Amino acid sequence: MSENRKSNYMNPYLAGVLLGLVVIAANFISGRSVGASGAIKSTIIAGVETIAPAHAESATFYKEYTDGHKGNPLNNWLVYQMLGVLVGGFLSGILSKRLTWKVEHNPKITSRTRLLFALGGGILFGIGSQFGRGCTSGSALSGMAVLSLGGFISMMAIFGTAFALAYFFRKLWI
Amino acid sequence: MGPLVVNEIISENTNLLLAFFVGIAFGFVLEQGGFSSSRKLAGVFYGYDTVVLKVFFTGAVTAMLGLLFLSLFGWIDLNLVYVNETFLQSAIIGGVVMGAGFIMGGYCPGTSFCGAAIGKIDAMIFIVGLFIGVFIFAEGYPLWEGIYKAGFMGSPRISEFFGVSEGILALLVIVAAVLMFWGGEWAEKKFPREEY
Repeated sequence: MSENRKSNYMNPYLAGVLLGLVVIAANFISGRSVGASGAIKSTIIAGVETIAPAHAESATFYKEYTDGHKGNPLNNWLVYQMLGVLVGGFLSGILSKRLTWKVEHNPKITSRTRLLFALGGGILFGIGSQFGRGCTSGSALSGMAVLSLGGFISMMAIFGTAFALAYFFRKLWI
Repeated sequence: MGPLVVNEIISENTNLLLAFFVGIAFGFVLEQGGFSSSRKLAGVFYGYDTVVLKVFFTGAVTAMLGLLFLSLFGWIDLNLVYVNETFLQSAIIGGVVMGAGFIMGGYCPGTSFCGAAIGKIDAMIFIVGLFIGVFIFAEGYPLWEGIYKAGFMGSPRISEFFGVSEGILALLVIVAAVLMFWGGEWAEKKFPREEY
């Protein structure tokens, strides 16, 4: 199971430099940076507008979005960028022979436990990313690149909280 | 010259096409770095694998320095680059909730897409959770709209907030990053873990 040691990941500092270059390219091209949760928000808004148009017109969250944005919510920088992430991740997986269907988890817990916590963690991250106006990519990483105070606060709160709670969830990971 | 789309050097449609290519590079680098594995990501919180810390802060420092130099050479107008708005309460609440989600789920949104792209089922379930979470926020919005919009401070840069030059702040960030890298390398020796 020592897959992570054997599977030839890139040197982390080199990967970091390349990641920084991606962020610079995004800013140079579009004046904004990378992000992930914004694409999910756009998809949710597009979905609600399609399935329940009356609700999308009356509920404040969707109204605030349509007031500030014209056109289809899916026709958005972050949506195209996240589609690219799926392609890029897939290509990297092919190149490094890491494509497999699996539930990755600590052998001390069951797949079922892992999936339950993955679902719960995803729900929390989804809610938190809206309060934080961006997630680890859009708020923390991109925010740090342009020295945004808000991005810095979100980053400290994300990593600080995860460290503070690590003890209580240690059975999931170690 | 930059940002290209803001200065109307490229069209909005070209911008969206380039977004797709930037995304490919983003996903490729994250996956190559090991961010498609929740057990590698979570390692930073237990010390056995600090790849998150190394990649994240090397990336942040590279981007920060690159943008400052591009600005110095006059190749990008940083006044036209988006700086995240700061809403104090909401930024803290959001960060705390995301931190809890991170330690439970083992992914953040961007990395979960990378994991899903190479077939990690736990990453796909995490993404399902993300959609549910954003939907909960959207539907319950009237309940937390007040706190979401409280404490608005504009879009300050950290350097402006502390009244130091961008160069000095960048230097401090680099020193902090190097100290963290040193701490990370130390932790991986102190809490080694061969099998995960």
